[in-house]
Order: sequence, then C-alpha cells, then structure tokens
Amino acid sequence: MIDFVVHDEGDSVGVVVVEGVKAGEELTGWVMDQNVDIKFKAASDIPIGHKLAIKAMKAGDTVIKYGTDIGKVVEDIDTGEHAHVHNIKTKRW
Amino acid sequence: MSQDLSTATFSGYRRENGRVGVRNHVIILPVDDLSNAACEAVANNISGTMALPHPYGRLQFGEDLELHFRTLIGTGSNPNVAAVVVIGIENGWTQKIVEGIAATGKPVTGFGIEQHGDHETIMEASKVAKEYAQWASELRREEAPIGELWVSTKCGESDTTSGCGSNPTVGNAFDKLYPHGSTLLFGETSEITGGEHLVAERCRNDEVRERFMFMFNRYQDLIERFKTSDLSDSQPTKGNIEGGLTTIEEKALGNIQKIGKECLVDGVLDKAETPTGPGLWFMDSSSAAAEMVTLAAAGGYVVHFFPTGQGNIIGNPILPVIKLCANPRTVRTMSEHVDVDVSGLLRKEMSPGEAGDKLLECMFRTANGRLTAAEALGHREFVLTRLYESA
Repeated sequence: MIDFVVHDEGDSVGVVVVEGVKAGEELTGWVMDQNVDIKFKAASDIPIGHKLAIKAMKAGDTVIKYGTDIGKVVEDIDTGEHAHVHNIKTKRW
Repeated sequence: MSQDLSTATFSGYRRENGRVGVRNHVIILPVDDLSNAACEAVANNISGTMALPHPYGRLQFGEDLELHFRTLIGTGSNPNVAAVVVIGIENGWTQKIVEGIAATGKPVTGFGIEQHGDHETIMEASKVAKEYAQWASELRREEAPIGELWVSTKCGESDTTSGCGSNPTVGNAFDKLYPHGSTLLFGETSEITGGEHLVAERCRNDEVRERFMFMFNRYQDLIERFKTSDLSDSQPTKGNIEGGLTTIEEKALGNIQKIGKECLVDGVLDKAETPTGPGLWFMDSSSAAAEMVTLAAAGGYVVHFFPTGQGNIIGNPILPVIKLCANPRTVRTMSEHVDVDVSGLLRKEMSPGEAGDKLLECMFRTANGRLTAAEALGHREFVLTRLYESA
C-alpha cells in the first residue's frame, strides 16, 4: 500500500496519494526514480494530492521536487508536516 | 500488451491536401460575433452540420487580427473538417477566410450578410450546407500509418497527481509515437515557468532553443506588465492549489512531464501556426484549456491528450479531447469525464509503460471513430485567443 510518492531521492517533499491521512499515522512512501520504499510518520492531517515534508526545512530554504527548485520556504517546516501555500511561495513573478 | 507501432494504422478520412482527419465535420463558421445567429440557424436547419459561435471578429487590427484570421482559417482547414460554410457580416473578411480554407482543396463557400439580411443568408447558406452534409456523408475512412496522426497535448485543472501520473503517461506515449514520424504538440507558455531550462535543454539545436526562449520571455514580459500580484490566484489556479500544487515552478515541472524523456523539441510555432514537418513542436499559447486546445485544432492537430488531476471537463468542437486522470478521487467522483484511468500508477499497480500503452489504445479507438467522453457529453468549447483590445 503506497500512501505517498516521491519523485526523486533528493526531493524535500512527497505527495500524499490516498484520502484521509491523519496526524500520527505511519505512512509508506515510494521513491519513484530510485524505486525504493520509505516510511514516514504524518505530523499533520494531509489531504490527497498535498505534500508532506520528508526533510526539515527552515525559512529561506529552497524546496526541491523532481530534483528541481519549486520555490522557497517562508515558515519553518518539520518532517512529516503539511507543506503547501502556508509555508512555501514561488520565487517567480 | 504493447502494440508494434511501426506497422500500426488508424482509420481516417484522407483530405484533398493529403492530411488525414479522424472526424468528418461539416462546420458553419462565423467570421464575427454578429454572424453567430445565422450560423446557428443554418446548423439547426441542416442535420450533420455544426455551428462554431464565438464572440469576436469586429474591429480587431494588427497581430491580433492576423491571429483571428489564422485561427479561423486553421479551424476550417483542419482535416477533421470535411467542408465549411463561412458567414460574416461583410464580404471582404468573409472571402479572406474562404480563400485561406480553399487552399486545402476542401469544399468551402462564404456568405456576407450585408445587403441580404439574415433570412436570405440563412436560406442560401442552408442550401450549400445541405449539399456539403450529403457529400460528406458518403466519404469513407481508409487506413493510414500512425505517423500521419497529429497529436497535441495540454493538461488542465492539474494537481500533484498530474505530475506523477497522468502527465508522465502522455510523455510515455509521446516517446513511443515520436520515432514513427508523428507530428506532436505541446505549449502553455506561462506554465513552463520554473522548468524553461529543461525545455531549452531538449531543443534540437540553438536556433530552436533561441526561438523557444524568445516565446518564453515574451510571455514573461506580458505577465510582468499586467500582473498585480505573484499570480498565485491564477497560476496555479484555485483548483490547482486545492489539489496540492503550491507554486508555478511545481506546476511547470509536472506539466513538462508530458514531453516525455526522449523526444526532442524540433520546432517552435506562434499561436495557431501549422507545423511544417514531423516531430515535437512547441506552440506559444495560453495555459487556459479551451484557448490552447482551440489553437492546437487551428494548427491542424486531430487528436488531443488532456491529463487532468482535479477534473477539467473541456472539449472542442472539432478536435477529440481524450481525458486521462491519475487522481483516484477525481476518477471516482467525475468518472463520466475520464476516458483513461491511470490512478493505478500511484498504487504501483501499473507501470508508466503500461499506462502509456493504455492511453495509446484509447487514442487508436478515438481516431477510429469512438466518441470521447467530452464529445459524448457535448463539450464544444471554441475559444479564440485575443492579444489586445479592438480598435
């Protein structure tokens, strides 16, 4: 059972692919490019499609997904926490 | 089961100019907003014809007018269209559209409403439309090699499942079609923001790369000129954000999964331009679904791959739009809109190659005549791109 997927092992976030993830649940993740499974505990309730942090990040850090820069951290994010518009912003426009 | 594409064929309508279409529409095409009523009346009179109403075509000028003409001529010239009746308020611009479409060799006749009125125009246009509809009904499909099928792609209401499921599925299908001489298309210029360096790396040569970066920077300048915020209400959309996409960069990196891992970008087109050879083409275009798909149809594409995450429901009057989705919630709640369910990818129940094959199987069935979900549901969004205000 896959609860979240990660594009590349260097990424700082994964994507929840099941509905109804609650804080405290043990999740199984699939790192697609390297085809390995990893385990993480959810620290927040996370809706399907939304991201969880698999690395702890500080404000000002760059968020990596697909092995590439997807924006900057604007509020510290701990591992397992919901990572979205409340703590990540674009570097463009 | 993976199909041998080198010998694969589809069944389509070979047009006068040699191109092959997969639909056999007779369209009643308005030059301008004022002519919609007459076009719709003709389509009501004559079975087997379809009006394409739209809100523009008056007092446009310069590049915006050229784009208007190019889009209407391209739409009428598309091989999914057997014959065209053009109606405009004035004869001059009407004939310009007629002449553009006539270059393909297909039957086309134009009518100007001034000095005739709606009644006489509708009567005369209906007579021609009836002849075209009966003539088109006797055309027969013939087998054509897969390389003659022009396939475009654009995603919509994307979410994070698009980037890891449905978009890579299109990429896998494009990688499989590309070696067989297919003419492929992607676009959505603003939605490449954050991944433009990756597209630039995939360009065949420096000339293509420079043209791509010119188009990319032109759109960035437009956004910089008119933006009032970081565009986080529009790009990503509220639907994208609801689906978990956070920034334009993240959306873009998911978006460009659609061009696969192996195809090169062989050429760059301005809006509604037609490719001049096989390969993967980039078309400068809006990321709004109906606008981009309308431009792809005007460019001559005959089948469209449309991955969605949160459930965009778009269709097009002449270009069959195949929807694929990897989000299990959307597949469950909006199943009537989904042609290809690839949600198994995210559960490791399906490999990317199997997902690509499933999409290609649907592509063949669609090309051979099966209606897409959007066609069956009556989605005919025909949306012209405007560059600026009318005079």
